[in-house]
Amino acid sequence: MSKRFLYVNRKAPYGTIYALESLEVVLIGAAFEQDVSLAFLDDGVFQLTRGQQTDELGVKNFSPTYKALGDYDVNKIYVERESLEARGLTLDDLLPLTYEDEDDDWAEKDSIKLVSAAELAEIMEAQDVVLSF
Amino acid sequence: MLHTVNKSPLDRTTLESCIQHAMKGSAVLLIEDGVYGAMQGTQKSPLVESAMKEVSFYVIGPDLKARGIDAGRVIDGISVIDYNGFVDLVAEYDKSQSWL
Repeated sequence: MSKRFLYVNRKAPYGTIYALESLEVVLIGAAFEQDVSLAFLDDGVFQLTRGQQTDELGVKNFSPTYKALGDYDVNKIYVERESLEARGLTLDDLLPLTYEDEDDDWAEKDSIKLVSAAELAEIMEAQDVVLSF
Repeated sequence: MLHTVNKSPLDRTTLESCIQHAMKGSAVLLIEDGVYGAMQGTQKSPLVESAMKEVSFYVIGPDLKARGIDAGRVIDGISVIDYNGFVDLVAEYDKSQSWL
């Protein structure tokens, strides 16, 4: 029986290894056909910004990998509104993440859901396993 | 004195401490995750904007680019520099302090 897994992302990318490690664990976990959700809050929302270009730093730009999550049936991506607002960001600043809904004739849908902190608290409470990065 | 800050001001109090201890005429260089402190319109922008009256602010352009922050979103008056500019700053000031 599948369990509900939530990956909580609270760190900016590149400055620490947390963001990349989380993404790798999510992709590995996706192979086990669990019910997976991702939450992005606090500085974690910076992981999803558009237009990341790391060539001058000599580190891998892993942000395009988020776009592949939909193909792994990881399509519940919760972004906290309060965290975005504190950073002067809107959804338009984030990568467009989508998936194809097999129950709706493979229609392309948005994976990102903007939620309040209170809603995210409910989502956290509803999980079987919460993994923090 | 040249101060460098490499932590996000929205995650740590590093930038705040640095600004409290930066004297008039000194410089603050934002590097790595510290570059989020150079963004306009965040909860911490007013902190930097008021400190800019007495202290010069610099930010590393390649660190901004890596994080998807367009130079147009940087607070007016902060100089965007590259790593060669970092070296020039270190040479220009008599000492430097890293706020980690």
